[in-house]
Amino acid sequence: MKRKIKETIIKNIFLFIALVSIVILALIVIFLFIEGIPVFKVVSIKDFIFGIEWYPTYDPPSFGIWSLIVGSFIVTLCASVIAIPLGVLSAVYIAEIAPPLIKEVFKPVVELLAGLPSVVLGFFGMAVMAPWLQATFDIPTGLNIVNASMLLALMAVPTIASISEDALYSVPQEFKEASYALGATRFETIARVIVPAALSGISTAVILGMARAIGETMVVLMVAGGAAAIPESIFDSVRPMPASIAAEMGEAPFRSDHYHALFATGIILFGLTLSFNLIADYVSHKFKEVGSATL
Amino acid sequence: MRWRYIKQHAFFAIVRLAAFSIAAAIGAFLVYILVNGIGAISWEFLSEHPRESMTKGGIMPAILGTFYLTAGAIIIALPLGVASAIYLSEYAKQGPVIRIIRVGVNCLAGVPSIVFGLFGLGLFVVFLQFGSCILSGALTLGFLILPTIIGASEEALKSVPQTFREASLGLGVSKWQTILRIVLPNALPGILTGSILGVGRAAGETAPIMFTAAAFFTAKLPSSIFDEVMALPYHVYVLATAGTYIEETRPLQYGTVLVLVALVLGVDLIAIIIRSYIRKKKRW
Repeated sequence: MKRKIKETIIKNIFLFIALVSIVILALIVIFLFIEGIPVFKVVSIKDFIFGIEWYPTYDPPSFGIWSLIVGSFIVTLCASVIAIPLGVLSAVYIAEIAPPLIKEVFKPVVELLAGLPSVVLGFFGMAVMAPWLQATFDIPTGLNIVNASMLLALMAVPTIASISEDALYSVPQEFKEASYALGATRFETIARVIVPAALSGISTAVILGMARAIGETMVVLMVAGGAAAIPESIFDSVRPMPASIAAEMGEAPFRSDHYHALFATGIILFGLTLSFNLIADYVSHKFKEVGSATL
Repeated sequence: MRWRYIKQHAFFAIVRLAAFSIAAAIGAFLVYILVNGIGAISWEFLSEHPRESMTKGGIMPAILGTFYLTAGAIIIALPLGVASAIYLSEYAKQGPVIRIIRVGVNCLAGVPSIVFGLFGLGLFVVFLQFGSCILSGALTLGFLILPTIIGASEEALKSVPQTFREASLGLGVSKWQTILRIVLPNALPGILTGSILGVGRAAGETAPIMFTAAAFFTAKLPSSIFDEVMALPYHVYVLATAGTYIEETRPLQYGTVLVLVALVLGVDLIAIIIRSYIRKKKRW
């Protein structure tokens, strides 16, 4: 009997610790709101989100983050255009096509790419890519949407590739065998059987990759150029939300309207990535293949 | 009939191209950093303080600071992560509780690093009044890598065969003793690998420590966990973006980047090698 009580206590201790992640998530929300809400005393929620003028240090200041939101979405979309095909095709390569030896080498390479510190990619963008882009395309600055998107794509590829790969592996072997038995080629099997069966997992991978790109800070801080305006071409500079927070927090006076506005920007950013994650979670559970039918 | 195979060849060629272009990109990147950075590396660079408003001298305080922050983060995240994973893999039954915890962990993994920075600023620096210091930074980084550790530990625990647990329980051993003596020891290498990957992640992050721990320059080395520190990633950022000597300090920047990349990828590589070794040696 005593042993049973002890076991129950131990179990509850572990449950308690497992809930820490939820507690941290809640604390993040609470502290973002505590420090972010006060800005709505000086600007309405609508003007904050849809206002296109971000002049936090002017007198009177104006806190409209629409151009920052647009900046975030544009670099994320451009990065996705590069990262989705590269990531998904790499996953197909690793899971279906690569010979075992190449697979052994290629998987760690993708993992190393995931491990590269973002500040290093940002530095590379500033020191190498920006001068090159500026000279090649004869544009006023190399710190722009194109540069940032290419680097963000590199950061999103490992996420997309590794989750897509898991999804491809989880397609039942019978599907493949049945397709071959009907005389389909390997390409036809991949394109019409395996990829469609893994589609929910691949969608999850894409959404999470985009979430990674939209929340990434150092690359956009160093490489996107920092102009808080709606861009007119992909060679324009932008100031995505994370860049704005990181660049200005150091200078914003403690608990000033500017300080609160940056936390409020954090709320928007957090809300966006959280919804990306919840959608990914929903997609992966809702549309999961429930296994193959048996005779 | 031939047409179908031509299509297949074309498709395979595209897929190979995509895969190899990624490998080529990372390869070219690493070679470039190595070639440009190696000239700056010397014993003085690794062991001295920066001099003359950071245009000369070394990066020793930044290396040390990154070490402190990373060590702190892992001390915080490892026990929490392993214990969470034990609950998820050994105790929890399918149901709403485990579902909520899992969604929570996934969402925590998706929180942008800059939001962790804001959170650390709001909670540790301001509310708890730790100020910008090693403790605040380590706590922020620790929470950041928690999902990584949970994921890796859970996978390691799940890979221990069910029969091991059944054999132990069958001998009348309690569940807790089974976990402590049978499951954990067998899962340990996998847990370690995951933690090492977490170390790499924590060492390379910049945004979470910008407002919680990192200093542009400190004259002295930190003497307690309530001191600000320099850190390698922040040092790279500062040298590359701030100040009037950006072009003059390029060699120092490349040197610092090389040290940071070597550190992070070296740590990751160790984890990857250990993992593939475990997989090959596996007895079950």
